[in-house]
Amino acid sequence: MIIPIVRTALIALRRDRPSLALSFILPIAFFSVFAAIFGGQHNSTAKIKVILVDEDRSRASLELAKGLEREDSLVISTRPSSKDKAAAPTDYTAATAEAAVKAGEAPVALILPAGFGQHPISFGGSQAGPAIQLLSDASDMIAPQMVAGLLQKAAMTAMPAAMAEQGMKYTDQYIGGFTPEQRKQMDANLNYLRNMETKDSSSSAASATSGSGSGGIIAVQVRSVVGENKNGNMISFYAAAIGVMFLLFTATNSAGALLEEAESGTLDRVLSSRVTMTTLLAGKLTYNTLLAFAQLIVMFLWGWAVFKLDLFTHIPGFVVMGLCTAFAVAAFGMLLASICGTRAQLGALSTLLILIMSSVGGSMFPRYMMPAAMQKAGLFTINAWAIDGFTKVFWRDLPVQELWPQVGVLLAIGIVLSLIARRIARRWEFA
Amino acid sequence: MNVQLMADASSQSSSSLPESIPLEVDSLVKRFGQITAVDGISLALRGGECLGLLGPNGAGKSTLIRCIVGRAIPDAGRVAVFGCAAGASEARAALGWVPQELALYPRLTCSENLAAFGRYHGLSGAKLTESVAWCLDWAALADRAGDLEKSLSGGMKRRLNMAAGIIHRPRVVLMDEPTVGVDPQSRNRIFEMIEALRAGGTAIIYTTHYMEEAERLCDRVAIIDHGRIVGQGTNRELIQGSFGSRSQVLARFAGPSVAIAAWVERHGGRLVDGAAEFTIEQSTQIAGLLDDAAKAGLELVDVSLRRPNLESVFLHLTGRELRD
Repeated sequence: MIIPIVRTALIALRRDRPSLALSFILPIAFFSVFAAIFGGQHNSTAKIKVILVDEDRSRASLELAKGLEREDSLVISTRPSSKDKAAAPTDYTAATAEAAVKAGEAPVALILPAGFGQHPISFGGSQAGPAIQLLSDASDMIAPQMVAGLLQKAAMTAMPAAMAEQGMKYTDQYIGGFTPEQRKQMDANLNYLRNMETKDSSSSAASATSGSGSGGIIAVQVRSVVGENKNGNMISFYAAAIGVMFLLFTATNSAGALLEEAESGTLDRVLSSRVTMTTLLAGKLTYNTLLAFAQLIVMFLWGWAVFKLDLFTHIPGFVVMGLCTAFAVAAFGMLLASICGTRAQLGALSTLLILIMSSVGGSMFPRYMMPAAMQKAGLFTINAWAIDGFTKVFWRDLPVQELWPQVGVLLAIGIVLSLIARRIARRWEFA
Repeated sequence: MNVQLMADASSQSSSSLPESIPLEVDSLVKRFGQITAVDGISLALRGGECLGLLGPNGAGKSTLIRCIVGRAIPDAGRVAVFGCAAGASEARAALGWVPQELALYPRLTCSENLAAFGRYHGLSGAKLTESVAWCLDWAALADRAGDLEKSLSGGMKRRLNMAAGIIHRPRVVLMDEPTVGVDPQSRNRIFEMIEALRAGGTAIIYTTHYMEEAERLCDRVAIIDHGRIVGQGTNRELIQGSFGSRSQVLARFAGPSVAIAAWVERHGGRLVDGAAEFTIEQSTQIAGLLDDAAKAGLELVDVSLRRPNLESVFLHLTGRELRD
C-alpha cells in the first residue's frame, strides 16, 4: 500500500508546478547566490575605493601612494570624479575626504600628513613623525581592515629606500652612528634602492604579504568618521534590510487578495459596479503602500524602544524613505498578483523572487561583501535602493535632499511596475 | 416582508432614466475563438416582469448575462438598459447582478459587505445606511447584521449574496441560479424575496435549472440551447407550442427487452429509464397501446397519463444528450 500512496503523491506534485518550482528551483537559485558570494568561484572581487590625500608631497609619501595604486584590490582616488562636480575637480583635502566618507562615497580615506616623509617608519611604536590618518565608515567592517593591511604591505614594498634611510637615522641616533666608510657604502646602497624603485614598480607589490594595521612598520591612526557615537550601529541597517524583505512578502501576500477575489467572483461583481479596473488597482496599491509603511513604522519603533535606534531625530528622512519603499514594494506585489493565475502560483513565484532579491540586494548580508558583479546586480533590486536610502538617513545623517537618487529610483520602480500591472490586469477586465 | 417598502425603495432608484423598456437584447453574438457562445439572441424585459432563462450547461446563459451586465463585450448586436448601452454608468446603476458564486468578502460582516458594495455603487451617508438596513430586512438577516459572512449558513450566504446585488436598488436584476445548494426553507424564503422585488416593479431575469422554480416565479421563460433561443413564451404557450393538446403516456412492462423495444418503435414512442413514453392526442389511444402490448406477450407493470410540463418542453427542445 505504500507504493500507491507514493505514486499518488508524485502525480499530485507533478501537477502542482508551483510546488515543483519551490522544491527544486529555489534551492538551486539560493545555492548559486551563496556560492557566488562565498565560494570564491569568481574573479570579480569587489575593489575597495580609497580616497588618498597627500599633504606631505615628499618622496616617501609619493612612493607610498604609488605603492597603493599598484594594489589590484584598491581603487585610489585623489580627487572627486568629474561627473560629481560641475567645475574641474580639485584634489581632496583632509576635510573634503572626511566629508566624502561620511557621504558614503568611499568606505576609507587615507591622509598622509605633512611631515610624514621625515619619519615614515615606526619602530616599536616610537613614531617621531605624524601618523597616517585612516578615516573609516564603521558600517563597512571589512574595508578599513584590508586597507590598513595593504598600507603596511605597500610601505614594505614600495619605499625600501625610505625605510633604509630611516633605519640609518635610528642607527645614528641610538647606536652612535656609522664610520665615514660605512656611511659611504650605505649611501651607495640607498641610491641603488632608489634606482630600483623607479625601474621596477610593479612586480614587488604582487608578491609581498600584507602586514597588520597600526602595529606595522608605519604608524596608522584609525578613526571612524561615520557611526562613532551611534547606539546599536547596525540596527538601522538590519531594520531596513530585514524590513524591506518582509515588506515584499507582506505586499505580495496582500496583493494576492486580488486573486482570491477573481476566483470567488467578487472581482467580477465589483467591476460591474461603478468601480473600474484602474480605480480598483489604485485603491489596492494605496492600501498596500499604507500597510507596508505601517509595518516599517512598527519595526523602527521597536528598534527605537528595544535597540535604542535614533528614530525621532530622523523623522523626515524616515518618512520619505519609508513611503517610497512602501510604494515600490506595493507595486511589486501588485505586479506579481496580476501575473499569477492562482494564490499557489503567487506564493511560489514571490518566494523565489523575494529571496533572490533579498540576497542579492543586501537584505541578508551587506552588499560590500559581494563580488563587484553581484553588487551591480543588486542595483536592480528594491532592497538595495531602500537599504542605501535608510543608511543615508540613519547612518550618515544626511539631509532629505541627499536621498534623491534612492527616492527617484524607488518611485520610478513603483510607477513602472504599477503601469505594467495595470496592463496585465486587462485580462480580468472583459471577456 | 414589507412589499410597500420594496416598491417605494425601487421607485427611488434610477430616477434619471427614461421610462423606456427596462432591458432589450437585440441580435447579440458573442464568440470565444471558434466557439459561438451566444448566437443572435434577442429578448426584451418589461417592468415588473420575471423572465426565466433555462438551458443545459454550456448553452450560453451565463455569457448572455455577462454581456448584459457589461462584463463581456459582444461581437455583434446590442444590449440596452432603459435605452443606455451595457457598461455605461447609467446602465450599471440600473442593473443589479446576483452571480451564481458567493461573490462576497468572507472576513466582513453582513452589514459591512452590503456597505462595501453600496459604496462601490456610489452610495454614501444616510442613503447607504438606509439601503443596508433595507437589504438586511429584505434578506431576513437583520439579526445577523454583525456576523461575519464566513460564519453564516449556506442559505444565509445565498440571501446575503442576493442582497449585495440589489443594495443600490436597481430596476433590473439578473439572478444566476440563486437557490443552488440551499435547503427548502431557504429556497422558499428566497422565492418570497424575489416576489417582493417583482411586486415593487423590478424586472428580473432568473436563470435556473429547476423547472418548478421557473414555473412558480417566471411570467415568461426563454429556453436557450447552443447560444440560441429555441423556445420563448409563457409556460402555457411553450407547452402548447411543443405538444399542442397531446398528453404523455408512461408504461412499464415485464417481458423480453427485444419485444418491448419493437412494440415501442411500432407506436412511435421511446424508452426512457426503462419506461416506454408515448405522446398521444386522445386518452382513448391508451387502450390500443395496451392491447397491442398484450398481443406481443408483454406483461403490464405500471401505466400513467400526464400532461406535459416545462420539463417536458425543455427536454423536447434541447434533447436528452448529456452536455458536460
